[in-house]
Amino acid sequence: MNHDSYPTDYIRGILQEVKIIALVGASCNDVRPSYLVMKYLLGKGYDVIPVNPGLAGQTLLDQMVYASLKDIPRPIDMVDIFRTSEAAGPIVDEALTLIPKPLVIWMQLTVRNDAAALRAEAAGIKVVMDRCPKMEYGKQSGEWAWVGGNSGIISSRRQHMHANGKLQSLGLGVKTGKD
Amino acid sequence: MADKIPGFDTLAIHAGAAPDPATGARSTPIYQTTAFVFDDVKHAADLFALKAFGNIYTRIMNPTQAVLEAKVAALEGGTAALALASGHAAQMLVFHTMMQPGDEFVATRQLYGGSINQFSHSFKSFGWQVVWADAEDIDSIEKALSPKTKAIFIESIANPGGRITDIAAVSKIAKKAGIPLIVDNTLATPYLCKPIEHGANIVVHSLTKFMGGHGNSMGGAIVDGGNFDWSKSGKYPLLSEPNESYHGMKFYETFGGIAFAIACRVLGLRDLGPAISPQNAFYILTGMETLALRMQRHCDNALKVAEWLSKHPSVAWVNYAGLPSDAHHALHKKYAPRGAGAVFTFGLKGGYDAGVKVVSSVKLLSHLANVGDTRSLIIHPASTTHSQLSPDQLKKAGATPDVVRLSIGIEDVEDIIADLEQAIG
Repeated sequence: MNHDSYPTDYIRGILQEVKIIALVGASCNDVRPSYLVMKYLLGKGYDVIPVNPGLAGQTLLDQMVYASLKDIPRPIDMVDIFRTSEAAGPIVDEALTLIPKPLVIWMQLTVRNDAAALRAEAAGIKVVMDRCPKMEYGKQSGEWAWVGGNSGIISSRRQHMHANGKLQSLGLGVKTGKD
Repeated sequence: MADKIPGFDTLAIHAGAAPDPATGARSTPIYQTTAFVFDDVKHAADLFALKAFGNIYTRIMNPTQAVLEAKVAALEGGTAALALASGHAAQMLVFHTMMQPGDEFVATRQLYGGSINQFSHSFKSFGWQVVWADAEDIDSIEKALSPKTKAIFIESIANPGGRITDIAAVSKIAKKAGIPLIVDNTLATPYLCKPIEHGANIVVHSLTKFMGGHGNSMGGAIVDGGNFDWSKSGKYPLLSEPNESYHGMKFYETFGGIAFAIACRVLGLRDLGPAISPQNAFYILTGMETLALRMQRHCDNALKVAEWLSKHPSVAWVNYAGLPSDAHHALHKKYAPRGAGAVFTFGLKGGYDAGVKVVSSVKLLSHLANVGDTRSLIIHPASTTHSQLSPDQLKKAGATPDVVRLSIGIEDVEDIIADLEQAIG
């Protein structure tokens, strides 16, 4: 996978495929990007499990916080990493030991670890680096343009609204039944 | 496989303008409303705290305005844009977001007269000091830098026309100094030149001119290139430090490549207030759909008029980069190969009186102070916009008594030339 630029369909496929997301580096500070992303993804209907050893056992946005990936008692579709590029390496290795393995490893904006990405891809896991799932969901759903953002996507199809009626869902007119 | 990026003409029509999600309307609706309802108090609190996407109040954002912003951002190759009441408003918010009282910025003298006024006088009361340099002498820009310099400001095609700035050379100076390069791309439009591709970090527009193109609506825009690190130097605290009015949020950390555009909106626009009206956003959007067709015709006509003027016995000189003999012809070929713009100046051998006679005699060209209309426009600066200046000031401003400025429209070029012919006599 070329990690300098991702095709629209690759990102959309991931955002439509995953349901359960472990968010590593979750924060209880409500102006931190990790908090804002977690809140947004929960609002879109994803099951987001926060991971932070300092907050383990507490709840964050009504979700139980775990100390590490291996402590999470259910299968995970995607690991979203809010840590430094170096710290992402051991987190990827831990993710590779999970049974079943996650489908996707996602590293946030400014986080990129090519060696770890190669190890994950060798294990059949899709990787996204230096991107934000909130921003990418917004680009796919059209919400990005609400703040004057250039999504790089044009469409003659009407967007449909999210089930909560407040926001748009991704898919550019193709009903997915779950978002 | 990477996505194929649609062509410029396709983007001009479709970027940002998917069918309206609420109604299915294919043309962008005019959301003529001041405010938007909240679902509940929690939703309202989330919107105010930037924790959710959504509309609050048209001073900050509006769905019609948002389509315009996404389109301008796509055409310029930026990450995001903010549409405003005018080009002047765009410049005010750009500097408000990066400057503190006592800070300096370097601007080239070859600017729109309105910008020279804004920078020299109104900005002074904010404690922002402009330091002038010369676009014809790139070294003068570097020499004007100081530790207090926060940005460099240039025009791509400079007003009053005929001059093209070496954007990449200026960008190198800005990069070396670790400061952003701001380019006013009003006279070129992204159809002719995309400054971000040449190293610009911020692009500003008066959308009133060629972008809207029909002389009917005021508007401005800020485009975020998404290519500047606002935290690295610590020189831009509004972007890098916790913001009190948003409970300690750090804009660059939170919004990354669109942080500048977001900060201009939720700080500058929120507090200073120069919002664009939804109606004007709609008119400009409609105009922008034909930007490529119009700009090519503007440039083709301008070149023919410039060629004709350069052979006229009463004309002393013509400043138009499209002419092969022009000093800026090579820069035109590098930065704006599809055309050298449609605004340029020429000088009459008869001086001041001949200038007055031409603007008094035109029947098709309109005598007024604007550029970038479908109609051809003409002005004699020494007797109008610059009439309060002394002879020395006129010379420095490039508005000597013989100068006539044209903004060539998209009429039949034979008719434009015939009108100038009878007016010059």
